[in-house]
Amino acid sequence: MCLGIPGEVIEFLPDQPDLARVDVSGVRRVINVGLLSDDLPKPGEWVLIHVGFALSKIDEAEAAAALQFLEGIGQAYADEMEALQASQIE
Amino acid sequence: MRFVDEFRSADKAHALAAKIAGLCEPGRQYKLMEVCGGHTHTIYKHGLEDYLPEQITLVHGPGCPVCVIPMGRVDDAIALASHPDTIMTSFGDMMRVPGSQGSFFDAKAQGTDIRMVYSPLDSLKIARQNPDKRVVFMAIGFETTTPSTAMTVLRAAAEKLDNFSIFCNHVTIIPAMKAILDSPDLRLDGFIGPGHVSTVIGCRPYEFVARDYGKPVVVAGFEPLDILQSIYMLMVQLSEGRSEVENQYTRVVPWDGNLAALTAINQVLELRPYFEWRGLGFISHSAMRVRPEYAKFDAELLFEVPGVRVADPKACQCGEVLKGVLKPWECKVFGTACTPETPIGTCMVSPEGACAAYYNFGRMNRRRVVEVSIS
Ligand code: SF4
Repeated sequence: MCLGIPGEVIEFLPDQPDLARVDVSGVRRVINVGLLSDDLPKPGEWVLIHVGFALSKIDEAEAAAALQFLEGIGQAYADEMEALQASQIE
Repeated sequence: MRFVDEFRSADKAHALAAKIAGLCEPGRQYKLMEVCGGHTHTIYKHGLEDYLPEQITLVHGPGCPVCVIPMGRVDDAIALASHPDTIMTSFGDMMRVPGSQGSFFDAKAQGTDIRMVYSPLDSLKIARQNPDKRVVFMAIGFETTTPSTAMTVLRAAAEKLDNFSIFCNHVTIIPAMKAILDSPDLRLDGFIGPGHVSTVIGCRPYEFVARDYGKPVVVAGFEPLDILQSIYMLMVQLSEGRSEVENQYTRVVPWDGNLAALTAINQVLELRPYFEWRGLGFISHSAMRVRPEYAKFDAELLFEVPGVRVADPKACQCGEVLKGVLKPWECKVFGTACTPETPIGTCMVSPEGACAAYYNFGRMNRRRVVEVSIS
């Protein structure tokens, strides 16, 4: 649960300005971006996601590094991705 | 991948290791604590201690939120979940944490409705979908997770949901660091500061460590080179006799933290006078509870909870491990009675726990085998 996973912002949900659809390693899920309300990410930008909330904006290089780090840790990341897949925030 | 090499290259690691070794004063021993369980994980995964000179010992800190939940709170949560018409929701990591009568998994097997969720917002959704049930979210975590809980309560309030509440077990990292600094068992030389927690709280809260205790703190990222770089930065400070807070992880951590996150926490939660940490005992002002203004979302007020303090099992030495006094493999039950499948203590449960990190990476009887070659 402590993992921060990188996701690319795809779009904001209509009428729900604090919710955005992101792509995490090919999995598309809705997350909350309310914690970045001072400086909202734009589609195409990357964020670090923690338990369904974007915690900070990151650049693409950081996202790539974070992903490889996560893939390297094995089971914990697999569990996190499974949990993310089951998540239905909307 | 070009990007990643930058954080991974073995050449760079060896170059940094050599610079670190060059800063060690002859005859002096250095103990550096990595506060965060994520760092512990990287250190064991990549065998980073093998890069360091003998004089430097890395000590694992208390920064694994699952590891510090005391038995009594698990019992309380299960008691809460056992109320009729109640659905308890929890992160997966929490499911195997032992209480005195078993874990969430055990309770679930006996028919208690406990569901795993990825996010507190998933709990909120379960509450919306089950208006005739009372849905409780088992809120755990350091400042990385706390804003998510707070934002979820704010959302529940905005939606006027009256069947959602949280059982708040959020802890704060600073008092735990202070408790460790004040503990007579251990003399530390510096801290590798937690990365994600600092995204929220920023770097300023560590200033007392540098100012009042004279120990340097370097907030670090999670890549192997991030950690080596941070150790180098700590060693530079120590060799120059400085103690300051520095930020190695500027890629992600803003010096002032995340104001929106801190505001949300402050709006919904307040400090408890004290809270029990597994293995560490009671620490004042070290955890959060729901503010009276949001009392209707506070499961502790809505439900009867036993609130009984349960002593840690006799065999368990998690307290020593969490304070960095013992290495995981020095615990008597490590790898025998206590394994990730049948954890006795919490440090064996989460992948961020020091015992699980040792166990998972086959470092069960680790002795230093590789010497760093300095060319
Ligand atoms: S081996 Fe088990 S009981 Fe011993 S310190 Fe680690 S988690 Fe605790």
